[in-house]
Amino acid sequence: MVEDRSVPSRVLNGLNILLLVVITLLCVYPVWYTFVISLSDKAAAGAGEVFLWPKGFTLSSYEMIIADQQFFKSFFISVQRVLYGTLITLFVIVLMAYPLSKTSKQFRSRNIVMWMLIFVMLFNGGLVPWYMTMKSLGMVNNIWGLVLGGGLPVFNVILVMNFYRNLPKEMEESALVDGAGPWRTLFNIFLPLSMPVIATILVFTIVYHWNEFFQALVLMTKNENYPLQSYIRQVTVVVDPSKIDAESAKRLSSSSNQTLNAAKIFISMLPLLVIYPFFQRYFIKGITLGSVKG
Amino acid sequence: MRNKGVVIHYYLMLLPGLVWLFFFNLLPMYGILMAFKDFNPGIGLLKSEWIGMENFKYMFELDDSKEIFANTITIALAKMVGNLIVPLVFALMLNEVKNRLFTRTVQTIVYLPHFLSWVIVAGIMLDLFSYSGLVNQLLALFGVEPILFFASPQIFPSLVVGSDIWKEFGFGAIIYFAALTSINPEMYEAAAIDGASQFRRLISITLPSVLPVAVLLGTLSLGNILNAGFDQIFNLYNPMVYSTGDIIDTWVYRVGLINMQYGLATAVGLLKSVVGLFLISISYTLAYRFANYRIF
Repeated sequence: MVEDRSVPSRVLNGLNILLLVVITLLCVYPVWYTFVISLSDKAAAGAGEVFLWPKGFTLSSYEMIIADQQFFKSFFISVQRVLYGTLITLFVIVLMAYPLSKTSKQFRSRNIVMWMLIFVMLFNGGLVPWYMTMKSLGMVNNIWGLVLGGGLPVFNVILVMNFYRNLPKEMEESALVDGAGPWRTLFNIFLPLSMPVIATILVFTIVYHWNEFFQALVLMTKNENYPLQSYIRQVTVVVDPSKIDAESAKRLSSSSNQTLNAAKIFISMLPLLVIYPFFQRYFIKGITLGSVKG
Repeated sequence: MRNKGVVIHYYLMLLPGLVWLFFFNLLPMYGILMAFKDFNPGIGLLKSEWIGMENFKYMFELDDSKEIFANTITIALAKMVGNLIVPLVFALMLNEVKNRLFTRTVQTIVYLPHFLSWVIVAGIMLDLFSYSGLVNQLLALFGVEPILFFASPQIFPSLVVGSDIWKEFGFGAIIYFAALTSINPEMYEAAAIDGASQFRRLISITLPSVLPVAVLLGTLSLGNILNAGFDQIFNLYNPMVYSTGDIIDTWVYRVGLINMQYGLATAVGLLKSVVGLFLISISYTLAYRFANYRIF
C-alpha cells in the first residue's frame, strides 16, 4: 500500500500504534496479574504491592491446591464433561447436518425439521421449566445432565449443514454411481472435506463445556459434583456480604485467600491458554462462516 | 433418482439429534404451562389448577418488574452500542498498521478474553476492583479515596458494560478484519495517485467498505435487547447493587429456583422468551430484506 510520509501522518501513525499497544496490554494484563499474584507472598499481595512481578516468590498456593481433593475432583469432572460432550455433540451434528443439507426435493421432511430447529434455537421454555424437566429426567447430580442438558446446539448444526451444501454436487453423484450409500458418502467423502468446519465447532464445543458453570450449579446439589468452573465460582466469586463494607474489607484483606484464589483461577484457565494458539485459526474461520454470507 | 431407499437412511441419521432435541429442547417447553397454573409440585403439573393470567397480573403489580425490565434494557442497549462501535474503531485502527507481525500479535492477544469464562473474569475483576485492589491503588496515586466498586449501584452498570466490551471487542473485530481484507488494494493506490491523504482514504474507502457489516451486525443485535448477559451479572452482582444490576434472567433465577415461586418465575421467563422471539424475528427479517442475510 502507498505510504503517506508527511509529518502529521507520521505522528498520527505513531499515536495509533501506541494506543494499540496499550489496548493489547490491557487485554493480557489481568491474566498476567492473576499469575503473579498466585506466586506471591500472601502479605505482599494483600498489601497491594504486586504489579508486574511476584513479590516474595512462593509456590505455597500451588502446594495447597495439590493438597485440595475437591479441586482435583472438579477438574476431573470438567475433563470428563468436555470429553463426553464433545464426542456426542460432534457425532450428532455430523449425522444430522447431512440429510438437512439435501434439497427439500431430495428429502421431503427436511423443511419441517429445519423449522423445528429454528424454533428451538429462538425460543425456549425458560429456566424453571428447564429445571423441572431435568429433574424429572433424573439429571440431577448426574454428569449426563451437564453433557446433554444444554440441548442440541442448533447453530452448530446449521453451520455444518451450510458447509455440506457448498460442497460440489458432482462428488456425491459420482459416489452414488460408484455404489456408495448415504452413510459411506457422508463418512468417506463429506466428513473428510468438512474438516475446517468440524474443527470450528470442536473449538466452540470444548470451550462451551469447559467454561459452563450455571447448569452445574443448578443441577448439582452436592458441591463435590461441581465441575471446575462452578467450584471456582463457589470459592472466589460468591460474594460474602460481610466483605463488602469498608471495615471488614480492610480486615479481610490481610488474611484473605487472595493468592490461593488467584492460583485456582489461573489453573482453571491454563488448559485454554495452552491450546489457544493452536485453535486460533479455526475459530476465525468459524465466525466468518457463521456471520458473513452473500 | 433412487430415492425411497435412501430416505430411510436420512431419517436414521436424524434420529439421534431429534431424540436429543425432544428431551432437552422440546420437553422443557411443556413446563410453560406452569405460567398459567397454580403449580403444586405435590400433585404434578397436569392436575394443578388453571389460574389463567393471574401470574402475569401479579408480575405487573410487583415493583421489581419495572426495575428489572428497565435494568435489562439499559444494560443491553449500552452493551449493544459499545460492542458495535469499539470493535469497529479498533479494527480500523489496526488496519492502518502495515507491519504484519505487529497486527498478528495484537489480534492473537485481543481474542483471548472472549474464551475466558465469566467465572474467571469475575474472579479477576473482584480482586482488581476490591477495596485494596489494584484499581484503587492507582486511583490513590491521584488522591482519590478508595471506592467500593461492587457495592455501588451507580457504578455497577458501567462495570458490567465496560467488562463486557473488554471481553468481547477483540472477538467482535474478527468480522471487520474479514471485511477489511476483502477491499481491493487498487482503490487505495488510485486514491493515493489522485492525492488523497491517508486519513482521506480511511474516510472515503475503508469506512464505507465496512459500514454495511456494522449495520448488519447492529440490526441482528436488536433481537437481543432482553439479553443483558446472565452469566456475567450473575457472577458480578450482590444484593447491594440489585437496584441497578438485577436483570430479568437473574431475577427469574432467584425467584424461581431459590424462592421456588415457580409459576411467577415461569411467567416472567415466558414473557421474555415471547418478546425475544418477536424481536429476533423482526431483526432477522430486516437483515434479510436489506442485507440479504440468511442463516441457512
